[in-house]
Amino acid sequence: MAREDMMNLKALFEPKSMAVIGFSSTNDRHPANVIYNKNNLRCPVKVFPVNPRGGDLQGERIYSHVKEIPEKVDLAVIAVRAEHVPGVLAECIEAGVGGAAVISGGFAESGCKDLQDRIVAMAQEADFPFIGPNCLGVYAAGIVDTFFLPSERMVRPDPGGVAMVSQSGGILVDQMVKFAGEGVGVSLAISIGNKALIRELDLLRYLIDDPHTKVIAFYIEGFERNEGRNFVTAAGRSPKPVIVLKAGKSPGGNRAISSHTASLGGDYKVFSEVLSQYGVVEAKNEFELVSFCESLSCYRGSIEGRIGVITGSGGHGALAVDVCSSHGLTVPNLPEPVQKEMRDKLSASVQAIASCGNPIDLTGSAVDDDFVVATIALSRAPDIDCILLLLLPYLPGTTSDLGARLSQVYRREGKPLAAYVPHVEKYRMLIEGFELNRVPVSPSIEGAVLMAEALRRCKPC
Amino acid sequence: MLKKEITEIISAARQAGWVMEPEAKRLLAIAGLVVPRFKWATTMEDALRSAHEIGYPVVGKVVSCNVVHKSDQGGVVVGIDSDEVLEGTYQRFSAVDHFAGMLVEEMVSGVELIVGAKIDYQFGPVILLGMGGTGVEIYKDAVLRMAPLQEKDVSSMVRNLKAHQLLEGYRGSEPVDLNELTHMMLVFSELVMDLEEMIESIDLNPVMCSSKGSIIADARIMLQGGF
Repeated sequence: MAREDMMNLKALFEPKSMAVIGFSSTNDRHPANVIYNKNNLRCPVKVFPVNPRGGDLQGERIYSHVKEIPEKVDLAVIAVRAEHVPGVLAECIEAGVGGAAVISGGFAESGCKDLQDRIVAMAQEADFPFIGPNCLGVYAAGIVDTFFLPSERMVRPDPGGVAMVSQSGGILVDQMVKFAGEGVGVSLAISIGNKALIRELDLLRYLIDDPHTKVIAFYIEGFERNEGRNFVTAAGRSPKPVIVLKAGKSPGGNRAISSHTASLGGDYKVFSEVLSQYGVVEAKNEFELVSFCESLSCYRGSIEGRIGVITGSGGHGALAVDVCSSHGLTVPNLPEPVQKEMRDKLSASVQAIASCGNPIDLTGSAVDDDFVVATIALSRAPDIDCILLLLLPYLPGTTSDLGARLSQVYRREGKPLAAYVPHVEKYRMLIEGFELNRVPVSPSIEGAVLMAEALRRCKPC
Repeated sequence: MLKKEITEIISAARQAGWVMEPEAKRLLAIAGLVVPRFKWATTMEDALRSAHEIGYPVVGKVVSCNVVHKSDQGGVVVGIDSDEVLEGTYQRFSAVDHFAGMLVEEMVSGVELIVGAKIDYQFGPVILLGMGGTGVEIYKDAVLRMAPLQEKDVSSMVRNLKAHQLLEGYRGSEPVDLNELTHMMLVFSELVMDLEEMIESIDLNPVMCSSKGSIIADARIMLQGGF
């Protein structure tokens, strides 16, 4: 699509009423039935089942035609066989439906490009937005869920600030499981399938204006001719961080390459370097994607990448320094006066044994106050722009309050923190102390470093 | 806007599919880029006269529409310092398939960089900066940015080269004039934007960079099929 005069996409993502077309009166496991049932039972959107044969199901009327529905329909979910889609689409357009998610497969992905082109032409003619075909459609937290996956088996992240757009439905659903596991809140999850009409750039523009979304993440397999250029230009102007996970990094085939430039600048290398040129954050894998989303939904603004590390274990400090350096982040030694001032405020039991240079090792004898002292000191050190807290909840002198107390330092001082806390249920209170205060927490040292790395990467280079 | 002469050079090369070095250099010079003093000699006498005019030592390169990678085929001789060596070189080149003359050129020195362009399917014109010379595909030290470039893009490209220290004056060598390099890259980027519909890729390799400037010592322009 990608035209300046955007179609109105609100009907797709904030529908008040929805028709599910293709509902089966005989097969309750049909995707349309799964979609109808879950929305009917769990979402505020008003749902109407549609099947040309009509009839009723447990007293509910099955409409034989979308135009029989007695009120305005915002969103039509189309889950009929591919060859019937053009007819259904025409009916939706005629009935004044706001937009559609075409779940059905059997288009360009299986060689039927003509059929796909036909529905695109119809929609363009009528200014009718649709997502898909060959997709899962839309998950909008607390509003609508067109994913044809049984409700009881879906993992739903909390409502939150991350919107994710994916060419692959499978990756999207899997990523939602991971977001939920890490406590990353999601505003919208959009599966665009063959992206025949509505494509990444259209959604980028919509999400930049969407008040519920703070971070915009994409899973992208590839762009059409020059489409990447328009995408990065728009993403570069976005006030919200944009994160991209790219599949297809290995060079394709053995095309004849006539120049050194073409040989050195393979498709993926160009993709990756142009993203960084425009300050679009590239996640190299799913793990990075989750860490980046979590970090960037907590913080705005970018850092140089000078990290202060605070821990109660020398080994954790050493490992964190290794990971930082492999990501090009520095861990600068603190000036002597800063070290002395910090040491003077530490508790008597650790004053003589703590290392205050950076990484700061407060030792296994440290108490909560020592972590607070060190975090304040680094928050005020001009050479440090992000603080990693590697916390071991089993140290006898520390308590479960530590997460909340250190978060308070962040709220007062404003220097970003990223914490590592092992994620097991008995440390939940410590973790929540951070999360409730919007400080990102990772279950691994590497993840915490990636949270700092995200802040550095969102700066154009 | 493209100058008429530039369009003419490109049109003349359409049949071959690429612009050979002498014409590529003429095109670049018209666009405002710096190339070494050179003559395209088509007879032995012509070659000798050109060498005397430029002054030994000179570089000799074979011109043939069938030789895209000259070095690979022994088609580049540097440090030619006498009529005798020049004659020998000319004679040897004459035997090359589709021989169309010899390029006689002044010797230039500096850090060897590659500056390139390609029309990327997804992102359109992109510009490359890397460590150049014959070892370019061994170092694989190159950075790409989407064109048109801005000044800050060029500084970031230089900064992101693994070998950037070589440009900044390494172990007593004089640093490269980065202003000149930046200027060269910006002019090149504009040219590439104008040529977008006609070219497939451009290699300027090597570009000789020193404290005195950035001189394009070799150039190859590959054209789009069927533009």
